[in-house]
Amino acid sequence: MKIGRMIATLVGVIVLAGIVFAIYAFATVTHGGNEQAGQPVGTGVPADLPAQVAHGEYLARAADCEACHTAPEGQPFAGGVAFKLPFGTIYSSNITADKDTGIGNWSDEDFVRALHAGVDKDGHPLYPAFPYTSYTALSRDDILAIKAYLFSLPVAHAPAKPNDLSFPFNQRWALSLWNALFLKKERFQPEQGKSPAWNRGAYLATALGHCGECHTPRNVAFAMKTGEALAGTELQGWMAYNITSDKDHGIGAWSDQELIDYFSKGHAAGRGTASGPMGEVVGYSLQHLTPSDLSALVTYLRDVKPQQSGTPVQATAGVTASAQAPGLGEQLFAGACAGCHTESGQGRQTDYATLTGLRSVRDPHATNLTQIIISGSALNVGGQRVFMPSFGHAYSDTEIAALSNYVMNRFGGQPAKLSAADIASRRQP
Amino acid sequence: MMLRVDLAKDDIELQNPARRELIKRGGLVVAFMWLGGASRVSGFAQGTRLDADHPQFAPNAFVRVGSDGSIQLVMPCIEMGQGAYTGQATLLAEELDVGLDQITVEHAPPNRALYSNPLLGDQATGGSTTIRFCWTSLRDAGAAARAMLVMAAAQRWKVDPAQCTVARGVVTHAATGRTLRYGELAEAAARVAPPAKPTLKDPKDFQLIGKPMRRVDTPGKVDGTLPFGIDIRVPGMKVATVRACPTFGGTLGAVDDSRARAIPGVLKVVKLDNAVAVVGEHFWAAKKGLEALDIRWNVGAGGNYSTEQLFKDLADASEHGTPIEAKNVGDVGKATGKVVSATYQLPLLAHATMEPINATVHVRPDGCDIWVGTQVPARCVDVAMRVTGLPAERIQVHNQYMGGGFGRRLFEDSVGQAVGIARQVEYPVKIIWTREEDIAQDRYRPAYLDRISATLDDQGKPVAWTDRTTGASVMATFAPPAMGKNGLDPDLVECAAELPYEIPNMRVEWVRHDMPNGVPIGWWRGVGPTHNVFVVESFIDELAHAAGKDPVEYRRAILGDNPRAKAVLELAVEKSGWGREAVPARHGRGIALAAPFGSYLCVVTDVEVSPQGEVMLRRAVAVVDCGTVVNPNTVEAQIQGGLVFGWSAAMYSGITLKNGAVEQRNFNDYRVMRLNQTPPIDVHLMPSKETPGGIGETGTVMAMPSLTNAIFAATGVRLRTLPIDRSMLVQDKEALKSAVAASSTLPTGRLA
Amino acid sequence: MIVLSINGQDTQVDVPDDMPLLWVLRDVLGLNGTKFGCGIAQCGACTVHLDGQAVRSCVLPVSGAAGKKITTIEGLNATDLGKRVQQAWLGIEVAQCGYCQTGQIMSAAALLAEKPTPTDEDIDAAMSGNLCRCGTYVRIRAAIKQAATGQATLPQTIA
Ligand code: FES
Ligand code: FES
Repeated sequence: MKIGRMIATLVGVIVLAGIVFAIYAFATVTHGGNEQAGQPVGTGVPADLPAQVAHGEYLARAADCEACHTAPEGQPFAGGVAFKLPFGTIYSSNITADKDTGIGNWSDEDFVRALHAGVDKDGHPLYPAFPYTSYTALSRDDILAIKAYLFSLPVAHAPAKPNDLSFPFNQRWALSLWNALFLKKERFQPEQGKSPAWNRGAYLATALGHCGECHTPRNVAFAMKTGEALAGTELQGWMAYNITSDKDHGIGAWSDQELIDYFSKGHAAGRGTASGPMGEVVGYSLQHLTPSDLSALVTYLRDVKPQQSGTPVQATAGVTASAQAPGLGEQLFAGACAGCHTESGQGRQTDYATLTGLRSVRDPHATNLTQIIISGSALNVGGQRVFMPSFGHAYSDTEIAALSNYVMNRFGGQPAKLSAADIASRRQP
Repeated sequence: MMLRVDLAKDDIELQNPARRELIKRGGLVVAFMWLGGASRVSGFAQGTRLDADHPQFAPNAFVRVGSDGSIQLVMPCIEMGQGAYTGQATLLAEELDVGLDQITVEHAPPNRALYSNPLLGDQATGGSTTIRFCWTSLRDAGAAARAMLVMAAAQRWKVDPAQCTVARGVVTHAATGRTLRYGELAEAAARVAPPAKPTLKDPKDFQLIGKPMRRVDTPGKVDGTLPFGIDIRVPGMKVATVRACPTFGGTLGAVDDSRARAIPGVLKVVKLDNAVAVVGEHFWAAKKGLEALDIRWNVGAGGNYSTEQLFKDLADASEHGTPIEAKNVGDVGKATGKVVSATYQLPLLAHATMEPINATVHVRPDGCDIWVGTQVPARCVDVAMRVTGLPAERIQVHNQYMGGGFGRRLFEDSVGQAVGIARQVEYPVKIIWTREEDIAQDRYRPAYLDRISATLDDQGKPVAWTDRTTGASVMATFAPPAMGKNGLDPDLVECAAELPYEIPNMRVEWVRHDMPNGVPIGWWRGVGPTHNVFVVESFIDELAHAAGKDPVEYRRAILGDNPRAKAVLELAVEKSGWGREAVPARHGRGIALAAPFGSYLCVVTDVEVSPQGEVMLRRAVAVVDCGTVVNPNTVEAQIQGGLVFGWSAAMYSGITLKNGAVEQRNFNDYRVMRLNQTPPIDVHLMPSKETPGGIGETGTVMAMPSLTNAIFAATGVRLRTLPIDRSMLVQDKEALKSAVAASSTLPTGRLA
Repeated sequence: MIVLSINGQDTQVDVPDDMPLLWVLRDVLGLNGTKFGCGIAQCGACTVHLDGQAVRSCVLPVSGAAGKKITTIEGLNATDLGKRVQQAWLGIEVAQCGYCQTGQIMSAAALLAEKPTPTDEDIDAAMSGNLCRCGTYVRIRAAIKQAATGQATLPQTIA
């Protein structure tokens, strides 16, 4: 039959295309793209880098390596940080120069290839929790500077923890196909017609700082939606906000100084305090950037295409006094929270404790607010440790819902309606 | 050494009926008894001149009158908030005939011969014993001193001492109108022979005892001048903080201190077998230094231990272990009727005293000074001897006021550690534990699993009762020789073996299941009774429910001939309005009745439970018969505070273990009650002429069952596991479950 | 060098900027009435006044206290209100172990300075950040009312 033959042909073509694609994917998986590209404008270290800071150290910070490769209380860069994903847990690796358990035996080529192509020394694909989709844009010189820095540090003997992934996600070979589809192995190219600051900011945001890995929504295949860069998304239970230049949904309304305060101190008055994963980014990475790099980052972010996704950021809401008798949320706030945040939400001990108007208390989903209450938060800035303890263990879902609603209502002007069930679903397993 | 005990002698002592009585009186009492031995008892009240050369009157170890008129009273039992100094001073001052405003109090130095609590047999404070066991001996000491001062005056005036009266430290010879103040008599009184048997006042003449006296230690606690252990400052002193291996039984491996030593103010990193300390110019430097250390622990065998495992093991031991019998009357097997059974479970608990653990120590080649607030000063000397190798007379323990004890400071572990740190530096050093360390390295109240059952006759009364408790023995770690002959820890069955109720057939037993892997355990406010009264009084409530009776009516019916218990029950019923006022929906009233520490108490707690399962305490009424009341002010405060302490634990507190380490860190997750959760508490004292009973721990004992019984009344949910699980109290559980399922689960994942 | 104004006196201290005021008071200046209980602003034992407001000195970097008026328990009796609160605490016999009480008194004094006649809700809101393990809450409430009204609300046993 004609139709039967057509179908058979079609299937054959698809299978053939699949095979060809797979062969292509496997053949190119270890290929890093153009490895001859030089060191274009915008890469490298800034001119105002203090003399005593090694280039590799600065770049490693800008690339935020330490946050993911250092376990709580563990040795720096020794790995072992758990990434809990919907389909299992994977652990970051030891990237100290230990020969047995780290990357001590890696050649320059191995290391460059890892960042450009997302494969390990043996050519096995790495999980894209490691942001090689962004690092692929790094210049070769910058990667080698980072390697030199890592190799200058004390080594740690820390064997890799076995990943715990379910099928089919434990099939690493499948990543070759994913890479072939979604990984553009291209180096950073400065855009003509844009200022040097803009280009530097672009390199910082897209390649080194890999902002998009958290802040850009992903498609069904978990690849970043390039058309919605930095439009904000949820991940690991936290909201990575819309940081496009949109005035209502992004950071368009922030002043330059507010952005710089946020990057360098983790706090911008009336705007927000970096917490959760962003707290780590500030602590390990952003606070160490030079003034020129910070303003380059601002220049670039100001120019990112505005996106209207996420919760609109309204004008600072006034503090609403509650009319009725103190409810459960208010009672809890008085006991456990007012010591730092004060009854008025102004914070006394530290500006970091100011609540009024913050984005996290104006988000009606209160994603980050509830996460901070459940898990706590810590921010290491300027040699200080700013922290909030976790209350998830000793406080019930009902209590945390009531407390969050009270805070959102009073300090964010939100008609808050979180239920105990919402909190239950947000607790990390 | 003090810890050596002659077992043969103890066997003889067991025959002694007074001691038998003590066994009934409380496990902790027995623990100390065996440690100290009977020989030390007499040292307490004997007239001992402290320093005969000094121109002051020191007729015994407790009273000193200076020629300048100052009166110092030396306190054998320590002050940790329970009002012990005021109570002891009242007993002394009553017989001495001085006002509490005329005296100063002083901590007793470590000296077992002089200051051993006569019936604890060691120099120690605990087990709600202070007033019970100082009751006669301190009045004797005061009366003896008064007699000698009066004799000195009578000799000077050449009159019969019987014609002299005393008021507020002034001796008066009424017939001639002559007066002399105690200070003027001090020197002469020192030469008077002490009376063989001082005469005590007739209780009807008491001026202070029974009156609501103000505490002697309050002023300094209100203006901040009263120093606690943590406030000690000695010249040249540095400050340290310490971290011990979080996994119990583990040891210290390697420490990289390079980052720590770079911190300004950090002076030294000191290693111990299982801990590391950082010494700094001030606490902040020490703490930052400690945080900057890179520490490798040798986790040891306990690395996988968890609370789940603990309760699995307890259940297993309860099922298959060998029980030790504490009581077996009648024949529980013969009784027939409706059988009710239940299993109760209690968690590990931390003390979390408001003042974190600390000690200031100066070790020199020729001696060692220790400033610490401790419930066991003499044991602190022992541990310092062991650590330093110095003889006892070269070790000085300067006892301090304590910011809470609750049993934590009956353990000298932290003092031993502090001495171990101090001997590695040349200067005095104050070691302060962070709150995190205080929670992670406590001596925890053990966890228990109790299986209890009763057979009810056709009126619903219990005709048979079996209670099998399973858990670790604190006594076995604290005072091994104090264990009963059959291996019974008397503390484990206190208030379980003796009930205020009449039950003809009873078997009470204990299955010993010690904590593995060096998980440290200790006494906790209310000791055995806190655990047993919760189980017994909850179960009595269950029986009342099974019998279809009101909880009060049921208790009345089974009380039998127990007038003191009956009286507190009836007054509590009256004062709480039990059964007279309608109770709104999801409100409940719970009762508990017991006789811990030689006192009788009945507590009624009112709660409201929200539809979401949140518990709000609304009111409590406590009726207390503690025999003769020395100071109603203290009794009221202790009952109020003890209730809050017990409710706190029942509502929120519980220590859990994971990977062999404690999961809780600070007050954010080791939660305790706050002011806005505390209800009004009315305390009613029964007038009584009986000898005083204990008070400090009784409120805590009563708190837990009265709370969970109230929750049952409000919701119909019987909570048999503490701390209470509020999710069990949600009104519509099915609705909650489906709401959780429906609520959008946030996408988690960093994977592209 | 940081200049601190403590209880009306200027004092120079040479300490790191991020050192919490609590430890400057206790370990550098020897003002021991302010207590350490948790170090994470959960217990209130370390409460002092900063420009009249109750703050937790355990999480207040000393640099944040420079240029402001610091009052500790040692200086509280300089005002009539401070005296009145302390007097009420004595009158009601609030303290048990006493460790939390200086912090409680500082919180109460700040409350009364702001709200001279606090309602029960005001007291709950202002005082629930201060823990007391001895459980003196019932008497704390009574003492604040006595300090506010001048009328003795004695514990029932003290006649
Ligand atoms: S020590 Fe500051 S609040 Fe606890
Ligand atoms: S009086 Fe002891 S903690 Fe409050």
